[in-house]
Parts: sequence; structure tokens; C-alpha cells
Amino acid sequence: MELTGADIFVQCLKDEGVEYIFGYPGGAVLHIYDALYRQEQVKHIMVRHEQAATHAADGYARSTGKPGVVLVTSGPGATNAVTGIATAYMDSIPMVVITGQVPTSLIGNDAFQEVDSVGITRPCVKHNFLVKDVNDLADTMKKAFYIATTGRPGPVVVDIPKDVTALKTEYHYPRKVSMRSYNPVTKGHTGQVKRAIDMLMTAKRPMIYSGGGVVLDNAAAELTGFTRQLNFPITQTLMGLGAYPATDRQFLGMLGMHGTYEANLGMHNCDVLIAIGARFDDRVTGNVEKFCPTAKIIHIDVDPASISKNVKVDVPIVGSVGHVLKEMIKLLKADKRSPDEEALAEWWKQIEEWRALDCLKFDTSSKLIKPQAVIQSLYEVTGGDAFITSDVGQHQMWAAQYYKFDQPRRWINSGGLGTMGFGLPAAMGVQLAHPDATVACITGEGSIQMCIQELSTIRQYGLPIKVVSLNNGYLGMVRQWQEFFYDGRYAMSYMESLPDFVKLAESYGHIGIQVKDPADIEGALLEAMKQKDRAVFLDFVTDPEENVYPMIPAGAGQNEMILV
Amino acid sequence: MENEAGALSRVAGLFTARGYNIESLTVAPTDDPSLSRMTLVTRGTEEIIEQITKQLHKLVDVVKLQDMTDGAHIEREMMMVKVSVGDGKDREEMKRLSDIFRGNIIDVTDNIYTVELTGSADKIDAFVSAIPVPIIEVVRSGVIGITRGEVSLSL
Ligand SMILES: Cc1ncc(C[n+]2csc(CCOP(=O)(O)OP(=O)(O)O)c2C)c(N)n1
Repeated sequence: MELTGADIFVQCLKDEGVEYIFGYPGGAVLHIYDALYRQEQVKHIMVRHEQAATHAADGYARSTGKPGVVLVTSGPGATNAVTGIATAYMDSIPMVVITGQVPTSLIGNDAFQEVDSVGITRPCVKHNFLVKDVNDLADTMKKAFYIATTGRPGPVVVDIPKDVTALKTEYHYPRKVSMRSYNPVTKGHTGQVKRAIDMLMTAKRPMIYSGGGVVLDNAAAELTGFTRQLNFPITQTLMGLGAYPATDRQFLGMLGMHGTYEANLGMHNCDVLIAIGARFDDRVTGNVEKFCPTAKIIHIDVDPASISKNVKVDVPIVGSVGHVLKEMIKLLKADKRSPDEEALAEWWKQIEEWRALDCLKFDTSSKLIKPQAVIQSLYEVTGGDAFITSDVGQHQMWAAQYYKFDQPRRWINSGGLGTMGFGLPAAMGVQLAHPDATVACITGEGSIQMCIQELSTIRQYGLPIKVVSLNNGYLGMVRQWQEFFYDGRYAMSYMESLPDFVKLAESYGHIGIQVKDPADIEGALLEAMKQKDRAVFLDFVTDPEENVYPMIPAGAGQNEMILV
Repeated sequence: MENEAGALSRVAGLFTARGYNIESLTVAPTDDPSLSRMTLVTRGTEEIIEQITKQLHKLVDVVKLQDMTDGAHIEREMMMVKVSVGDGKDREEMKRLSDIFRGNIIDVTDNIYTVELTGSADKIDAFVSAIPVPIIEVVRSGVIGITRGEVSLSL
């Protein structure tokens, strides 16, 4: 039977098993919306701004491992989606974004609501397509999902002109795709894997440094097995948190600019470093000239271009981290050698000394609410068993430092692009995917206002999200830099004219609670968690001058932390 | 690479986005109309060339990639140059120079010779700097290359 492009599109989503599509209608996608209206299987979530559609799909993807799907109209619909596409791109999140386009006959005419969506998104997608012929539509959709979800994942944009959605053709959804120009590797090179094992066996001061790649590849169990088998210390990047249980003794906390003392000194002093699904981001390495000065480096990554990009490595292994770790575990089991026990004991002793400094301790006697105390209390109240999304700023770093993630895909934040406004819409995607789970969005009074309109979407779909806003009255992270590096000249970092967040939440039909007294933190959180089917906005008025410590200033080495 | 709309801009975009420079770039369809072949000339340290190679490889439109400078290869570029030849002496000198470099005079008017020359970029540079008469216009194709012997870039 012949179907219209719009019906083919919807059929493709069904054949891909898509549950939710996040979007916003407009002229160029009206045929598609009509096709969505005439079915019930694929549920459309109507956001209030296209940026939120992309973040919601992204949150859905991060928390499930399945691709997020977005539908927006041409022109402003597409440009509004760009921030979310770039956010997903930087963190390698599988996503398929469909943008409507003006009819093919008008392309290039400066038609109403025309932008070159393929051109605008090119630098921030894994790949993109313009579908000019309805006969290519199903194939292109298949390729889009395939590319988005394989190898190093990422967003793929499919731009569909309006006339293509009206024309008819036979529908076949291809079962497989093969593309001569795209063949991601999975298995690591055995010779390299063996070299890596040899190197690990010689280590006296080893470190494991793992990142978001482990989460993306669902390789948390392998990472945990590998780390335990070796009894090596492990640190994780902001994107990697949860892949290895944070409550475990071998975990030294996050590394990098706001990493722990023990993690950063461990990195600085190690002699063998194994990087697993991490990409040596500048927020991790600090000054690359001073990075891990005494270490031989092994790097496992699915993307060859990530290897030796910022830091030259000694043993590169290209492959999916899950595959490679499995192979390493097997080889280690069969190996008669074992790492130098005595040296390792010595190394652990040193690490415990660093850890004893307790670099994350904070003032618990203050009359002001300390933001760290809120996160700690949130951790306790939720028993560590929540999905936490976050915005960008100090609150994000405190969330990463004080909420101990024992499972992967529970910590959902924009690490690479650092997109303020991410947290709330991302929480929508997470809550839809996990209707019975506790989902909290840790945010600041600055970030929350970047996508606050989504409180309306949250109401429409009855999502019981808990917004935990650390309201310090400042763009705190900006203020912190201005305090440290600009002699306290607080240019534009004070948040004037804040709304009454309690009333604002109430006007959207949610519960709003303001907390000013440290003694009320736990009570307020418990009260919020009791609301199983209502969203709650918690406005914690916190110490305006609290800073995130430790901190490695830009350009400094890992051993040059500011502690308090 | 795939002979697809947008493939060229992906490559060009990659170079600008990552701050690599392109000295020359040529692209045209091959005997297989679904494929285009691009020759790109760039400069950089070994690390940078390695990054460029990997990043190019990552582009979904790129089917196969080879660093020609890894082995023996042949480079060619074509140039057409329009020169002003005011008198008989100019004409004679230009003709002689073009013969020495094995160029061809492909267009002639009362005042103008247009010379076509093919060779390595070095040879073309040498020719241009040896031209004894005023140059009016130069157009160069950019370099194309192919490996010597059995090694080949075909699929
Ligand atoms: C879209 C966007 N614009 C600007 C920035 C730069 N920026 C980084 S952190 C920050 C302050 C965030 O303030 P707030 O959300 O109140 O969080 P806090 O740091 O106070 O916890 C800003 C402006 C950004 N990351 N994203």
C-alpha cells in the first residue's frame, strides 16, 4: 500500500520502537502532526520551547540508553533546537532530530520560515540528511537511527521538506543498513590489549580514569569487575559518575577542575594511567603540559579521533569499552602475573593520607543554608536511589561532589557544552521514561529561568519532578571566578528581580516551598518526596558567597588545587 | 567520498571548525559516479596530520582516506596563465620559456598569450617566477595525486 511521507515517517518511528517524541508543531510539519494525530502508539510530548524538546529527548536517552527523538518545524523551530542538538553532540548522546523544511520547490528562495538546517547543524551533529525524495525517506530514517546509536553515539538531524511529507510511495522499512563509509569498530586490537595488560602488571602507582564512554556503552559492570579485580584506585569524570559505585572504597571521587584532592593527586603522581571511555577534556587535564607527568598512559575509546588528541598516549586501544574490558578481564584471570602487591599497598597508604584531608568538608554550623548540605540531605532522603538532572554552575559541581551515584544513567547533566537550561526539560524526559522513579532537578536561580516555561509541560503531563533550586542570588559560578580572578568585580553576576518561585510554581499548578533555615532542609525534602504525583519546586535560599572547592585554576597543574 | 550534496562542505567545515588550514582542495566524480575523489593539501606537525586524518575519517561521507605523503606518489597541478606580450621579443621569450617547461600556448591575441602548464606545484611555481613579461591572470587547479605502483585507493 502506498503511504504519504508523513505516514511513512510515523511508521518508521513505530518500527524503531519509539515510545515518545518530543516536539512543537508549525507549518512545515503539519502533515506529520496530522499523521501523529491519527495513531496512538507513538506518544508526542508537547513542550513549550524547542530547546526543551531536545533536552527532554536527551534526558530520555541518557537515562535509558535508547535514542531520543525530536520533531520541530522549519526556520525558528530548527534554530531553537540547535542548543539542544549541540548539547547532545558534545556528550555523545544518541538522538534523532527531525526538522521540517519548506517545500523543495522553495528551498533557496528565502521562503517563509526557511533556514538551511543542514548547514546550521552540520558542526554539531554526528551526521545530517536532507530528504528530497519521498522514496528515500524510510531508508534515511533507518540510517539516522543507526548512525545515532552506533559507534560513538551522537545526534543526527533529518531535514524533511513539506512536500515530501505529502507525496506517496510504497513503504518498506529496511531491516538492516550497511554503509560502505561508516563501519564503527567494536573489538579492540588484541596485540594492543596484551600490551596494556603488560603495562598494568608493572604498575606501582596505577590509576583508573573513566568517563562517559563507559555509561554510553553500558559497561558499568565490566568497569566495576575490572577495577575490583586489580584493586586499583579509580576516579571518574563528571560524565562518568555512577559507572563505578561512588560509595566503594576504591573510588576516589571525581577528578578535574573541581575534583577531589585524592583523585587529582592520584592522577598527578601515578605511574600507569588507564583512561577508559574518557577524552582528556581540558576541565580534566588542566594544563596538559603538567598533566600526569610521570605516567605511561593506556587509552580505550571507541572513537580513534579521541585518542592522542589532547594528550599523547602510549597504548591506544580503539574499540567499544565494554568489549575491550571484557577481554581484559578474561586475560587478567588467565594471567599468572599479578601487580606488585607491596607497591600497591604503599600507594593505597599514600592515597588514604590524601583522602584523610577530607577536601569536601564544609561549615555545618552556619546559620545560612550551605548548598552542600542540601545535596547531602537530598542524597540521604532519596537513599541515593534517584535520577538527578542538573543545570550548569556551582550547583552542578556540588551535585557531582555530594550526591553519591552508585548506578550509571542516574546522573544527567550537560558536561561538554555546559548548557544552562538543560536540567528541567531533561528531567521531563527522565521522568517519562521512569514514571515511578524519583527524579530531581538540581538547579540554580539563574539556570532554572532559562527553561522555566517547561513547568507548564510538567503540569500537562503530570510529571512529579522535584526541582531543587539552590538560590544564592548570584550566577554563582560566574561570581566565584570574579571573586578569584577579577578582584571581586561582580559584573552582571547578581541576579536582580527574581520572581517569587513559590508563587510561580503555584501559578503553574505545582507546589512551591521556600526554605531559609538549615534546620528545615530535611523536612522540606521529605515533604517534597511524599508528593508522588505532584511536582514540587523547592527554593533553597543559600549562602550567597559559598564557593566550589577544591578548584584547579585554568592553566594550573593537577597538584595546584585551591583547597578552601 | 560519497558523491552527495553537502559532502564537500562537511570537509571544508571540519577544517575551519578545528582550525586546520587548507592549501588546496580539488574534488570531482570518479569513474564510479556514486563516488567523488578529493585531494586536499594541508600542512602540520605529525600530530596534527594524524588528527586531521582521524577527523576526516570520522565523517560519514568519507569512504576511504590515504595520506599520499606516506609513500611514493605523483602529484600534478594544472595552471593557465594569461600574460601580456607587447612586442615580438616578449612573444619569443614567452614561447621559449613555455617550451622549456613543456607548456602549451592555448590562446593568442594581439597582446595576450594564454599558457597552459601541468606539473608538480614546484614546477609551476618555478615557471611563474620565471615569466619575463607582465602577468595578467593566473588560475591553478589545485593539486591532485595518485600513489605509485600497486598501492591504490580504490575500494
Ligand atoms: C546558556 C549558558 N549561558 C551562559 C553560561 C555561563 N555560565 C556558566 S555557570 C553560570 C552561572 C549559573 O548560575 P546559576 O544557575 O544560578 O547556578 P549557580 O552557579 O549559582 O549554582 C553561567 C552564567 C552557560 N553555562 N550556559
